[in-house]
Amino acid sequence: MYAQVLDSLLAPAGVGEKELELALGRLVSSQIDFGELYFQRRVSEGWMLEDGAVKSGSFDSDQGVGVRAVAGAGTGFAYADSMALPALMDAAGSARAIARAGGNGMVRVGQPRTAPTRYGSHDPVGGGESSERVELLRTIDAYVRSLDSRISQVSVNLSASHESILVAATDGVLAGDVRPLVRLDIRVLMEEDGRREQGFSGGGGRWGLSSVSDADFWQEHAREAVRIAAVNLGAEPAPAGYMTVVLGSGWPGVLLHEAVGHGLEGDFNRKGISAFADRMGEMVATEACTVVDDGTLDDRRGSLSIDDEGTPSAYNTLIENGRLVGYMQDRLNARLMGGRPTGNGRRESFAHLPMPRMTNTYMLPGEHDPGEILASVDDGIYAVGFNGGQVDITSGKFVFAASEAYRVKNGKVGAPIKGATLIGNGPDVLTRVGMVGNDLALDSGVGICGKEGQSVPVGVGQPTLRIDGLTVGGTG
Amino acid sequence: MSRGQSIDTDNTALLHDPDRETELLVGIAQRVLERAKAGGADEAEVSLGSSLGREATVRLAEIETLEEARDRSVQVTVYIRQCTGSASTGDLRPQAIDETVERALAIARNTQPDRAAGLADAASMATEFPDLDLWHPEDIALDDLVARALDIEQAGRDADSRIANSEGASVTTEANLAVYANSHGFVGRMRGTAYSQSCVLIARDENGMQRDYDFDMQRRFADLASAESTGREAARRTVRRLGAKRIRTGRMPVLFAPEVARGLIGHLVGAVSGGNLYRRSSFLLDAAGERVLPDWASLVERPHLPRGARSAAFDADGMATRESPLVDSGVLSRYVLSSYSARRLGLAPTANAGGVHNLELSGATHSFEELLAAMGEGLVVTELMGQGVNLVTGDYSRGAAGFRVEDGRLGAPVEEITIAGNLREMYLGLVAAGTDVDVRHNIRTGSLLVGEMTVAGQEE
Repeated sequence: MYAQVLDSLLAPAGVGEKELELALGRLVSSQIDFGELYFQRRVSEGWMLEDGAVKSGSFDSDQGVGVRAVAGAGTGFAYADSMALPALMDAAGSARAIARAGGNGMVRVGQPRTAPTRYGSHDPVGGGESSERVELLRTIDAYVRSLDSRISQVSVNLSASHESILVAATDGVLAGDVRPLVRLDIRVLMEEDGRREQGFSGGGGRWGLSSVSDADFWQEHAREAVRIAAVNLGAEPAPAGYMTVVLGSGWPGVLLHEAVGHGLEGDFNRKGISAFADRMGEMVATEACTVVDDGTLDDRRGSLSIDDEGTPSAYNTLIENGRLVGYMQDRLNARLMGGRPTGNGRRESFAHLPMPRMTNTYMLPGEHDPGEILASVDDGIYAVGFNGGQVDITSGKFVFAASEAYRVKNGKVGAPIKGATLIGNGPDVLTRVGMVGNDLALDSGVGICGKEGQSVPVGVGQPTLRIDGLTVGGTG
Repeated sequence: MSRGQSIDTDNTALLHDPDRETELLVGIAQRVLERAKAGGADEAEVSLGSSLGREATVRLAEIETLEEARDRSVQVTVYIRQCTGSASTGDLRPQAIDETVERALAIARNTQPDRAAGLADAASMATEFPDLDLWHPEDIALDDLVARALDIEQAGRDADSRIANSEGASVTTEANLAVYANSHGFVGRMRGTAYSQSCVLIARDENGMQRDYDFDMQRRFADLASAESTGREAARRTVRRLGAKRIRTGRMPVLFAPEVARGLIGHLVGAVSGGNLYRRSSFLLDAAGERVLPDWASLVERPHLPRGARSAAFDADGMATRESPLVDSGVLSRYVLSSYSARRLGLAPTANAGGVHNLELSGATHSFEELLAAMGEGLVVTELMGQGVNLVTGDYSRGAAGFRVEDGRLGAPVEEITIAGNLREMYLGLVAAGTDVDVRHNIRTGSLLVGEMTVAGQEE
């Protein structure tokens, strides 16, 4: 990938290996641990259907170079929207300000790294005709409307991006990647007897456009959005209080992302501000729980061939049979903690600094049949759909908001209940996992993770889980 | 930092010569509009931005990051027989600009006609551009930002022995230029500076760790709170959370502190905003003329406040902004509309493309302490978590942290609870507003007391 990106991204700006060496030479000094250039170009496209018509479309293009110099725990950072040598040298000069003295050292770029590619060479933005995208959205709209007469609004969004990156560092790291990403969202509003409720379903991955235009794919999401809206039309107020919660498989894995994932990112642990700090090797979950962060899954939304620091992505075990065994690391935090980068160094764009971030975070399957898990609940709720969540990594408190849930009594799934926020404590929620299902599923590819103002695409997954005590924020 | 001469790569001069950089943006805007017209657009509009920022972050008395940010962007929208196409780029070289216009035109040739599409009426464009006192440029060296951040953090760490750790202190400076132009011939120029400082501290006791923060932001650097006060306030807010516990599930009055009260008003703005109304995705459909707040409460939009957070002479459509009530003595006076959403709804636009500009709650009569005394027993919420707000139904359920109210006074800290209700009932059930107004934000409100909500937790 490196050679391809050097050619397509840097060559038009007049930058080759000689220019990389000049800029790296301006960064390097005896006081810095490493300096790095991160080149990026991202083009993206979006089409939106509303009221039965594709009324707007957009095309966005952004490119530039982010330059950082790292000295101890300190980082100097500057970026430019031009990749040409003068801008590069200027940004390198600013970034180097972290070190009081700098020299114009000599740096030779290293051998480009090779890593297995985790996605195909699709270009979902450049390929195909706009008219085909518009036609696809209209076809989806007509199909959705045919499913239920109570539907009053349908919106369909198609978004695609294509990104090229190149990383060159003073210590010889040299790598490139080209990443496709596509996503389809279907939202319906249903009205009956003066009541209005919405349903949402969507999915995507590091695919080409053809995967999204496949009728089996979008019809499934269309039916799912309509089904959820219909369920919510009949929903009763959710209960309030502390109770047993069964979480469905797949997207409810947002639990893991919030409750333990963020708390196991290296930066928070190096600083000692995570509720999981200094707990390496301790039991933080029941023995049935093994949680991994896996950037190597083919074609998934959260997957990477290399991270944004040039480290190949990996399958990293975070919690093994209940025991905390691993953190997610970027280069800076790995070095300061005496570990190794785990392929989790990610950044939103060239204008942002990298930090440890999740890729695809999921729990491995257990031994219980999901039906058996539900049958074991006397009184609680069964939550299968969520809007997303948030965590305070220091206190460990996390929330996630259910968008589809049911009452469970005497082992039977009952009436649907309105969306409610669930709140718990990250370091102990997994110690109350009573049963782990054998039905591991990953989400459909809509996750966005925000951290310190930076958004990156992620994935989550889990089997059905029974949690013996979580606070449910209903009104009933 | 060097001062390159090339306008293609360097906007660092904008601090000292904002007119030059602004006119560069205006020149690009004109090129965009000409190209769009030549390419077959009936109408076109373009927004451009150029900004320069610096940020210094320190942690545990060491520099953590020094950042220099320079951003430029161009966003183009074209209309061909009421078909819309948009495109943006961060590359301001002529060739990239022309390509961006071509992209927007290509998209407009593929989208379907929308009778509501197009520019706002030419007659509604702003013609007066009052000085809103938003531009106070200062070229503050990174070293000086570092020194201030160090002082802030030190003051916080020294304030209380239970402060065990720090997530750091930051000081930032920002200068922004913006130009909006459209094919009516309207050209609007805006500029503003912003300075901020913040400190995030960690306190520890035998029960565990707590984190909280304090911050300030101002248009003028000299208006920022002292380094000491930001550090100490961060420490005070953090330490007081130590020992937080859950509380028993029940119904009780809930006092939203100013830092979360503005979000509560923000949901009201969302529910009366054009996009949610024409999508029928609001619990306040057709609510204009109806009571949405108690009769003692009014909300007024004041776009021309000097140094205001969102002060502007024109909205994102170029329409002249003006002072105007949104809620008058509890009754919803109007909606929050852009020219597009207004046409969708068959109503007159309210110069709110891009949102409200400085929305002020009036009707506050009580200090924070008086509100505590008035509620007697209940809950003060200082932090909310998660996305549990459904604007379609008004259903509200969020994670919360704060304090018990006992005997009319602030009591023990509380966490890992949820608060739930329905926004329509919560608004009508507002008992009182506090005079502790935070004027630094777009929504200016003090504490808000909601008569009753469901609080879920478990006695520990």
